[in-house]
Amino acid sequence: MGMTMTQKILARSAGLASVEAGQLIEGKLDLVLGNDITTPVAITEFEKAGLSSVFDRDKIAIVLDHSTPCKDIKSAQLCAACREFAKKHAITHFYDVGRMGIEHALLPEQGLTAPGEVIIGADSHTCTYGALGAFSTGVGSTDMAAGMATGLAWFKVPSAIKVNLVGKLSRYVTGKDVILHLIGLIGVDGALYQSLEFAGEGVASLEMDDRFTICNMAIEAGAKNGIFPVDDKTLDYLKGRVDREFTAFEADPDAQYTREITIDLSALRPTVAFPHLPSNTKTVDEAAGKPIQQVVIGSCTNGRLKDLREAAGVLRGRKVADGVRCIVIPATQQIYLDAMAEGLVADFIRAGAVVSTPTCGPCLGGHMGVLSDGEWAVSTTNRNFVGRMGPTSSMIILASPAVAAASAVTGVLTDPASL
Amino acid sequence: MKIYKYGDNVDTDVIIPARYLNAPDEKSLASHCMEDIDGDFASTVEAGDIIIGGNNFGCGSSREHAPLAIKACGVKCVIAKSFARIFYRNAINIGFPILECPGAVDGISPGDQVSVDFGTGVIVNESTGARFQAAPFPEFVNGIIEHGGLLKSLKARGVAK
Ligand code: SF4
Repeated sequence: MGMTMTQKILARSAGLASVEAGQLIEGKLDLVLGNDITTPVAITEFEKAGLSSVFDRDKIAIVLDHSTPCKDIKSAQLCAACREFAKKHAITHFYDVGRMGIEHALLPEQGLTAPGEVIIGADSHTCTYGALGAFSTGVGSTDMAAGMATGLAWFKVPSAIKVNLVGKLSRYVTGKDVILHLIGLIGVDGALYQSLEFAGEGVASLEMDDRFTICNMAIEAGAKNGIFPVDDKTLDYLKGRVDREFTAFEADPDAQYTREITIDLSALRPTVAFPHLPSNTKTVDEAAGKPIQQVVIGSCTNGRLKDLREAAGVLRGRKVADGVRCIVIPATQQIYLDAMAEGLVADFIRAGAVVSTPTCGPCLGGHMGVLSDGEWAVSTTNRNFVGRMGPTSSMIILASPAVAAASAVTGVLTDPASL
Repeated sequence: MKIYKYGDNVDTDVIIPARYLNAPDEKSLASHCMEDIDGDFASTVEAGDIIIGGNNFGCGSSREHAPLAIKACGVKCVIAKSFARIFYRNAINIGFPILECPGAVDGISPGDQVSVDFGTGVIVNESTGARFQAAPFPEFVNGIIEHGGLLKSLKARGVAK
């Protein structure tokens, strides 16, 4: 029986000729990731179990991104624990303030993720690297501890939903709108325990940054992973970043899918998700006009260069509305530098937005833009759960960078094409 | 024992809000468990109580703090129609029992007395007499739970040193 792209990658990592959906396997890992919230719990487990060494100091990445630069004493203590562990085990890919970025933007940028690789991360948005044709999935801290010690993880081989992309995105429609549309269609558990495998002629027209955004939010549909085929754009992206060998897997022509969905990219409109679920989607045409108090442009979903270009394209020569706080957060130091070189940072500041050093910050209600009671935000992040960015009465609308920027200008949820 | 029953998509942000993740010790996690969905939970929960959820229980972030917080409250198990996959594996990896059983979710109300046999997956509503069969764990997963968690089972197998 044919295998999906994900199944082929998992078969190889388990040293098996083939695998099928539902099978439990133990796979070899190419990378184990943790951040400043999940790594300390993994370290505690690692040490409690009396483990003494890591399987490969080059295949572990620890990124201090959630509460950094540290927002309080407790987060400083957690970061210190990560620092100490990284030093003790001579972890090669340890990213501290000054070198760090939001993990899921940083790792691909630094060439730590490549097609065909198997990557686990103690962070749910680890599924982002599927954009490069890797199998990557979020796990918890105990998995991270076990992965660091053994280089192995157990997986249930997932079945898959095939998402056929046809057509081309129109102006002001982005990868964010594709994935919000899909989540709205299938629901927050629509792909539970499954892979979302993207295919079709529409793939070629999507920029890598759009593919990262789409795979990033696969978890918001409950998926184990999202994955894109490897094409010229992927190989272009990898040039100069990855010099080790990698394998680009393709799904078998007779691979089994539990469901096939076709999305016509040219028919999509800018799409937003209202509180309190990413599946609570509306097109901007249906929802425009809702007053807001804050805009956040950044995160592992939409803090990349293309996102900042799109936001700056809207804000350039305009002003953030009175009564709105617009917070822009480039996802990595490199993106920050590129955004400065292109003049985007100046565009933001002139418009009356603030630009912050890379951090997760407001995305999880940590710092750098926590909401107050009853406030509404338009945010390019990925979750609009109750209390995610502030008190339980605060509200988040998920949107693309262009919609977020347009909303910052008017103070209400706005279609960028209407400006 | 008491039953705490919630709806679909109980996410990890309400199980343990991010603002408490900077103090990951069990006592602190337990004291804020379910705070954003049920303000009374942490002060009324007792050892042996059971949480019932709908579909996609534990969706959202990968924070293992979520099953840890529930476990630290003394909760005996979570029974749900389905679990988000990271929560599912985290619970198994820390040796905390969870049961997938849509019938039991519909057939148990707050106030009922419930008994659970983890070996067989049989759930009995003692108040109504109704019996439910949860999907049993695969052997591999049972091994992890029986050893008291993933790291202990890896050590027992000699894979982790
Ligand atoms: S930006 Fe938000 S979703 Fe992404 S890793 Fe950070 S906290 Fe998680």
